[in-house]
Amino acid sequence: MNRNLLEETYDVVVVGAGHAGCEAALACARLGLETIIFTVSVDSIALMPCNPNIGGSSKGHLVREIDALGGQMGINIDKTFIQSKMLNKSKGPAVHSLRAQADKADYSMEMRRTLQETDHLTIRQAEVSEIVTSWDEGQDDAEGESFPHITGVRTSSGALYHCKAVILCTGTYLNARCLTGEMITPTGPNGLMAATHLTDSLKKHGVEMYRFKTGTPARVDKNSLDFSKMEEQKGDERIVPFSFTTNPEDVQIDQVSCWLTYTNEKTHEIIRGNLDRSPIYAGIIEGTGPRYCPSIEDKVVKFADKDRHQIFIEPEGIHTNEMYVGGMSSSLPEDVQHEMYRTLPGLENVKIVRNAYAIEYDCINPNQLYATLEFKKIKGLFSGGQFNGSSGYEEAACQGLVAGINASMQILGREPLVLDRSEAYIGVLIDDLVTKENREPYRMMTSRAEYRLLLRQDNADLRLSKKGYEIGLISKERYDWVCKKEELIKQEIERVAKVHIGANKEVQALLQSFGSISLNTGVTLTELIRRPELDYEKLEPIDKNRPELPCDVREQVNINIKYDGYISRQIKQVESFKRLEKKKIPEGFNYDEVPSLRLEARQKLKIYNPTSIGQASRISGVSPADISVLLVYMEAQH
Amino acid sequence: MKTDTIAAIATAMTNAGIGIVRISGDEAVPIADRIFQGKGTKKLAECETHTIHYGHIHDGEEVVDEVMVLLMRGPRSYTREDTIEIDCHGGIYVTKRILETVIKYGARPAEPGEFTKRAFLNGRIDLSQAESVIDLIHAKNDFALKNSIKQLSGSVSGKVKGLRGEVLHEIAFIESALDDPEHISLDGYPQKLSVIVDKIIKEIEKLLASSDNGRILKEGISTVIVGKPNAGKSSLLNTLVGEERAIVTDIAGTTRDVLEEQINLDGIILNVTDTAGIRETDDVVEKIGVDKAKKYLKDADLIVYVVDSSTKLDENDYEIMKLLEGRQSVILRNKSDLETVTTEEEIRDAVGENCDNCRILSVSAREQIGMEEFSRTIREMFFSGDITVNDEVYITNIRHKTALQEALSGLHLVEQSIADQMPEDFYSIDLMHVYEELGSIVGEAVGDDLVNEIFSKFCMGK
Repeated sequence: MNRNLLEETYDVVVVGAGHAGCEAALACARLGLETIIFTVSVDSIALMPCNPNIGGSSKGHLVREIDALGGQMGINIDKTFIQSKMLNKSKGPAVHSLRAQADKADYSMEMRRTLQETDHLTIRQAEVSEIVTSWDEGQDDAEGESFPHITGVRTSSGALYHCKAVILCTGTYLNARCLTGEMITPTGPNGLMAATHLTDSLKKHGVEMYRFKTGTPARVDKNSLDFSKMEEQKGDERIVPFSFTTNPEDVQIDQVSCWLTYTNEKTHEIIRGNLDRSPIYAGIIEGTGPRYCPSIEDKVVKFADKDRHQIFIEPEGIHTNEMYVGGMSSSLPEDVQHEMYRTLPGLENVKIVRNAYAIEYDCINPNQLYATLEFKKIKGLFSGGQFNGSSGYEEAACQGLVAGINASMQILGREPLVLDRSEAYIGVLIDDLVTKENREPYRMMTSRAEYRLLLRQDNADLRLSKKGYEIGLISKERYDWVCKKEELIKQEIERVAKVHIGANKEVQALLQSFGSISLNTGVTLTELIRRPELDYEKLEPIDKNRPELPCDVREQVNINIKYDGYISRQIKQVESFKRLEKKKIPEGFNYDEVPSLRLEARQKLKIYNPTSIGQASRISGVSPADISVLLVYMEAQH
Repeated sequence: MKTDTIAAIATAMTNAGIGIVRISGDEAVPIADRIFQGKGTKKLAECETHTIHYGHIHDGEEVVDEVMVLLMRGPRSYTREDTIEIDCHGGIYVTKRILETVIKYGARPAEPGEFTKRAFLNGRIDLSQAESVIDLIHAKNDFALKNSIKQLSGSVSGKVKGLRGEVLHEIAFIESALDDPEHISLDGYPQKLSVIVDKIIKEIEKLLASSDNGRILKEGISTVIVGKPNAGKSSLLNTLVGEERAIVTDIAGTTRDVLEEQINLDGIILNVTDTAGIRETDDVVEKIGVDKAKKYLKDADLIVYVVDSSTKLDENDYEIMKLLEGRQSVILRNKSDLETVTTEEEIRDAVGENCDNCRILSVSAREQIGMEEFSRTIREMFFSGDITVNDEVYITNIRHKTALQEALSGLHLVEQSIADQMPEDFYSIDLMHVYEELGSIVGEAVGDDLVNEIFSKFCMGK
């Protein structure tokens, strides 16, 4: 008997409605493409299954960049945060980083509302079990190997969705299993259904899979805590929004506090005494975990010399009694968790609401992707987020956005968006993923960005809004303002350089009040701004003809003058970096025909298939000599 | 496209009759003008392209060498950039000295194959040339690689690696505090870093100072000849050099100073030091010589121990044998033309454990008997890798020296940033530069070192 299976047609299918999936779907729909987003549960859209924060060191940069390109994360958190802090404020502007505590339920609901209200976007609860491809119009590479292209997906119910592009954002759901001591359940985060079929379909298409692991701490009942034994951690007095479109006055809200407590020798003793019951130490977990986010067991074992570790107790929202125990993720059994959490000051009588657990899941080796986040060997298949071997909401969101943009650009027949390492943290993140060996969930860090002095969170709009406008995700109005802002900054820097400050009484008094050495002769205002103890704002009283300027313009003027020496050194580095980045390697380049390329380099280049000489030079195992050989050979081919 | 200016020695590094230093880039002509004093008053900048000029290279007051300078303006040059070639009198020392001067006045040492790379980038190389050039670049790199590995034995590279490790540790600490400010604090850190940076600066200055020492500018195997007085050390040296340099008499203790000679032994360069015979002495003049000898012995790559086979082994011989422990050495039973008193077996027994598989040859320095076998033995030791080139040699590599200087200036920038009370994240930018420069000496790229160090040394995260 013939079953009448459902069949529908869209431009783009997005699989997964986490932080990557939401950005991907919004980008496609906003660019006018008919888009359907699949989730195993519509109640879990933009779920935050781990920490209740958006942003943080370097992650805050990513959120700003997402915003400057026309993504949603910044706007969404500005509407749903309950505490906000600018981290590293005492350090240089390059490492200032915004971090907000989210009301998790609100965050999720607000994102769902945005998705629902977006034209051309359909939300569907179903498990996608197969990707469907065709070889008919597959492309051939130089070796005559042909690639299939995407034609649709099939769900576990058998329904077929035809489309031109698929974006996989399956997060931690693929073949997921959660571990709490001896208790192992085959579920995704928060007990949600795992997706068990898609991995097989991908493997059939030759996709190489990895198995990664991550973990989360327990959630505890606020009413069982004694906050008098902890240190209160308040938010900033003046709150800075994430989104460049949010009016700063709209985010000056009443904030909730976080709380700081510490582990102690007793805690560590309990952990050490039960290591044999930890799935990681007992060898039950196969996946590779992230080093930057170690479980408390790991911290106690690897940093045995530390007699205490900081633990942050953070609210999960306004309307819930749950608190997140930051710093104590664990996969120890329930009874050990119960005992160990109770050793912390303020948690003596703690009641656990949800256990801590470790989660294992399937993801891909991201080396199989181009920097556009399209699979090299399956045309029209894109992916983003934890599925690509990264970790973190912000890392996921920015990949989702880039994958969404590039799937759209491909369908619309336009140029793809590839950000390089000198343009954005997003560029660094994606280049690292697709070019370097990655054997653990990848987290963004400021130390990964070699040109971070230029990639500040304060200038993300100046760096990226033009690209966002060209793509079609940034309005003309916003674009015009960025151009105007650029002009204002330039004019003011030029004006300040010409302002001559004489050694008069008023000046000396002002200098003295900031502990700055008095003047012997006249200097320019620029020179004074560069003094460590002074800045653009402090010198306002002696700058008689200063124009009225918006505060973000003044900030840029100050940073650019104050750190000019460092910034111009970095610009120089970027110039030499760009030289090799601009040398493109033609598609289908045959490395076997290049004489005297070392075997290791030849193999690596064939696997990674880099798009530029610059990217080739970052592949481990490719030496500068190999690069010279390539350059010369490529010229000969012309 | 604006490029920086590069320089390199274009001829093989031998003591050939002529050496060529090539400079290419926008600044090539101005740099040459800073150091070249021609016969006329005209600056090179004012001269026609493709002309040759006679004159001298100056480093400040000092005249380095008499040279011919070739001026070729781009695009009519190999690299299509402005190019200067300085033809000098050759020899390793002078050619290097000129390259150093060029670099001091604004050029940067070229990477292997970089001239060719530029020629290509500027569209100079055509199809037919391409393949042979690829091979050439590769050959050059293989050679450079082998060389740098050979030069990287021993304590100096160990020292650079050690310093590099220290720098990395500090960067990792700063970075982990930036990534996780709520767990790791930088309070009071600038003061601590300042002390560490100061220490590293001193170490690098020491390394650089050693490179300015003229002695080590000679490339070769540092060899010391030892033996008791009148064993025939000076005769051996004279035979090897081929002319009478040391005073040779039959009176013990004639060689009052330490003599140094560079000897080419079938293509292998030995820097030979002849020492005064090692023995207890009251003679003041000779005492200095003996002390020096012991010092040279310590730094030598190869020890040639000369035994007088026509006399019995004595206290002096036993003293010397102790010094051979753990060293690469060749023992020569000299005076084979005279009656044998001490046999090979006696020496082998006496040396005992101090010299496993030691090589004992019978020669007569005066009659030039057995010298071919001596030379063959040294060659075998060299090619089997038993003898390696003096550690200090590597600092003579100009690229290494420049890298050290770059590292040093990076450290000074860190000091400046600390003094200026700049925020801590600025320190790590310059420290990273120092780390990269030191890495280029030991041949290690940055890769994922930093991230690994952060995770292994500092406890991070939620």
